[in-house]
Amino acid sequence: MQPTNTKDPEYYHKVVDCQYACPAHTPVPEYIRLIAAEKYTEAYIVNWESNVFPGVLGRTCDRPCEPACRRVRVEEEPVAICRLKRVAADHKGDVSEYIPVGPFPPNGKKVALIGGGPASLTVARDLAPLGYEIHLFDEQPAGGGMMRTQIPSFRLPASVLDEEVGHILNMGIHTQFLSYVDSLRSVIDKDYDAIFVGTGAPRGRNLNIPGRDEAAKNIHVGIEWLQSVAFEHINKIGKRVIVLGGGNTAMDCCRTARRLGGEQVKVLVRSPFAEMKASPWEKEDAMHEDIPIMDNHVPVEFVVENGTLKGMMFEKVHPVYDEKGKRSLVPTGEPHVFVEADDVLIAIGQENSFPWIERDLGMEFDKWDMPVVDAVTYQSTIPRVFFGGDAAFGPKNIITAVAQAHSAAISIDLFCKGASLNERPHPMVNLVSQKMGIHEWSYDSMVTVDKRFVVPQADKKLTLSNRKIEVELGFDALTAWKEAERCLNCDVQTVFREPLCIECDACVDICPTSCITFTENGDEADLRTRLKAPAINLSQALLVSDILPTKRVMVKDEDVCLHCGLCAERCPTAAWDMQLYTYNTAKAGA
Amino acid sequence: MSYVRPKFRHPLLPTNDLGYTASDYEGSLSTLCAGCGHDSISAAIVQACFEMNIEPHKVAKLSGIGCSSKTPAYFLGQSHGFNTVHGRMPSVATGANLANRDLIYLGVSGDGDTASIGMGQFVHAVRRNLNMVYIVMNNGCYGLTKGQDSATADRGSKSKAGSVNPFESIDLCGLALELGATFVGQSFSGDKTQLIPLIKAAMNHIGFAFLNVISPCVTFNNNVGSTKSYDYVRQHMEATSTMDFVPMQTEITATYDAGTDAAITLHDGSLVHLHKLAEGWDPSNRMSAIQALQHARNDAKVLTGLIYYGATDTELHEVLNTSDRPLNSLKENELCPGKAKLEEINKGLR
Repeated sequence: MQPTNTKDPEYYHKVVDCQYACPAHTPVPEYIRLIAAEKYTEAYIVNWESNVFPGVLGRTCDRPCEPACRRVRVEEEPVAICRLKRVAADHKGDVSEYIPVGPFPPNGKKVALIGGGPASLTVARDLAPLGYEIHLFDEQPAGGGMMRTQIPSFRLPASVLDEEVGHILNMGIHTQFLSYVDSLRSVIDKDYDAIFVGTGAPRGRNLNIPGRDEAAKNIHVGIEWLQSVAFEHINKIGKRVIVLGGGNTAMDCCRTARRLGGEQVKVLVRSPFAEMKASPWEKEDAMHEDIPIMDNHVPVEFVVENGTLKGMMFEKVHPVYDEKGKRSLVPTGEPHVFVEADDVLIAIGQENSFPWIERDLGMEFDKWDMPVVDAVTYQSTIPRVFFGGDAAFGPKNIITAVAQAHSAAISIDLFCKGASLNERPHPMVNLVSQKMGIHEWSYDSMVTVDKRFVVPQADKKLTLSNRKIEVELGFDALTAWKEAERCLNCDVQTVFREPLCIECDACVDICPTSCITFTENGDEADLRTRLKAPAINLSQALLVSDILPTKRVMVKDEDVCLHCGLCAERCPTAAWDMQLYTYNTAKAGA
Repeated sequence: MSYVRPKFRHPLLPTNDLGYTASDYEGSLSTLCAGCGHDSISAAIVQACFEMNIEPHKVAKLSGIGCSSKTPAYFLGQSHGFNTVHGRMPSVATGANLANRDLIYLGVSGDGDTASIGMGQFVHAVRRNLNMVYIVMNNGCYGLTKGQDSATADRGSKSKAGSVNPFESIDLCGLALELGATFVGQSFSGDKTQLIPLIKAAMNHIGFAFLNVISPCVTFNNNVGSTKSYDYVRQHMEATSTMDFVPMQTEITATYDAGTDAAITLHDGSLVHLHKLAEGWDPSNRMSAIQALQHARNDAKVLTGLIYYGATDTELHEVLNTSDRPLNSLKENELCPGKAKLEEINKGLR
């Protein structure tokens, strides 16, 4: 193999699995160390810089970082990254001195944001301090978008959301709430320099099977129903409730139903339990609230008697996989199952919808009738109209919306300056030795064997009685410290400098996880079989040195490196060093 | 400094026939200097014992005093251990061995512990053909007392402070050959591909197996002008052969060239295969081995690999005709023949 090019900023970035997996590339180990040092405010700001909504995301994030956590590869459970983020938000002090406050010197450019959800708010936060005049339009009475309408208060208290939305709106954003934009042309006709569409995926999918229309009074589309609950238009539901669907919206629906009078709430889902879209922890929380999840049940009809909904009929299926792994659900042949219900909530997915964009504006739409959006610049085919969040590429999650909005904000800034959108600013990276003394590092290199700590929850009796009482209590400071100590500091990189190496083998002998081998060079597939321990995880890179004096190369498998620093401690010539790698994604105005 | 090694290990570490991974043969974390050759030798011992499926409780590790003699704390944490007085490891090993012949005796010593204070003990253990492995971690200096020249420092070798050693060095391999050692090898801590099979063969040998392992002292003897530095040894190493250790049960799959290859059968049927034999060297001929050592010395080379192997069944227990069983397993009736037997003996002496 060729020597690894560690000058490529993505090489060490990839070693920081959590940060790499995060769509917004939040510097996770950095803020976890700050939490361990009880610097909650600073930890909050590290998050805020990157993901804009630490308090919200610390409760509701889909956590792509956690399955990526290195800890999963050396023990069972990842670091509770998401809930540590919440710790930073819960325990922080006054953040006002860190957050830019307007008025900012105007740069004479005006940007319209359509929709007031996480994507639009992120664009607002990125652009307002640069002097842009921001006009935000939303049909709801308050900002937050789906974070407000679809995430129930028992998961995300309104106060947390209000605070973080407030940080942004206080930057001097011109908000126009309760104003539904029904025509893009009307916005284009105004003199905005750029327009950002962050309208989310607002249409809940319907289920047109027999009985749907007769029982319409008791059948609700999940996201619309959740929104009505959030704005207190609905405050009760029948005793027996069926929730259709297996995603996180279904979990929110069933748990909300339990709080509005639903006594026998059941989730029925077509797919097998293990393949449901909902996050495992959300399924657990639902089941903890006595909500059975019945998988492999396909809805057949709504059963209506004398104009009243009686329940639903389901067909039982089982999954069959073809040789390509594609799943089909095949009826088992068992008799249909009848489930009684007073109300049914349909949470089987949601879609983008752009009835308000005139098709004669010159904007190109694809074969699914979705606007064509560039995957890097987020620009539509009308140069000054940009998209981001669920509106750009369909429903994903908050953190993805934030990440896309950061990119869109960069594009809008470049566009307004008349610069090329394709010459994008680079990430800010840095590599700094952590050596403090002969055997001392400026990070906590000890590796704890503690198992993941469980976040305590409020008493179920209490939380089920009031939909506004938050279920999770969050870590206390001591537990947060212990959980933070589980972090392996993957951003402290093992940096190897071959001119200094005397090939004494000390690093090979000390490495607890057998990551390091000195051997004859070969191609990657061959090298992977010849290492001290087999390197079968192809998603993890090999760090390969240049040819050493004995004609061998040093090969380090990044897979299960604990970043304990022992290789560098046992290295007599400092050929190994532990260096903190900082990777900050570019921001608008950089 | 980190005194604790993290508990996590590679999830795919191979296991041996006993179900152990190499980490089960580790000891506590070394406190030797970073980069010390001794740590590599410890790691080679761990790997050799792992590969040979040795039950850790079947090994007794013994040492004297010195950097080298600290190492038994850093390998085979589940084995028996005895850290003796300076230079007195051979006599303790002799006592332990005579009391219990069922254990594998692994003596670890240094150049000071063997070639100076312990020389008297060492030579007698060799000539008695005590059944043990005797490893000298040889760095040519007194590392624990700031790096003075030891008795194995080569004449003309320069110390870190710049002084040149005016005295002739003791060649431990030559001495062991002279005294009738039946297994003599020399190796380098920085060459595990050679060292591990050598340790495995030595542990399989019955009789006195001697390994002199050059092990650079990174702190006091890794300077330019030293003949025990990483660079010097790498530049001057000359191998008698490359070798594979083939355990008894294993099918032999490698191919061997007649003329340049040789095979040695150990007492239990295991094989040591030697490839690319040095010219004019016969591993089973003591004269040829002594000559090879002398030639290397003349050429300022460090001869490594197996140097001499002589099959023997006359280790110390055979010579002394001792009990087949460990003394601690003998019951009173076996140890004390009784009054009648005493009468009989006495009668025979009248």
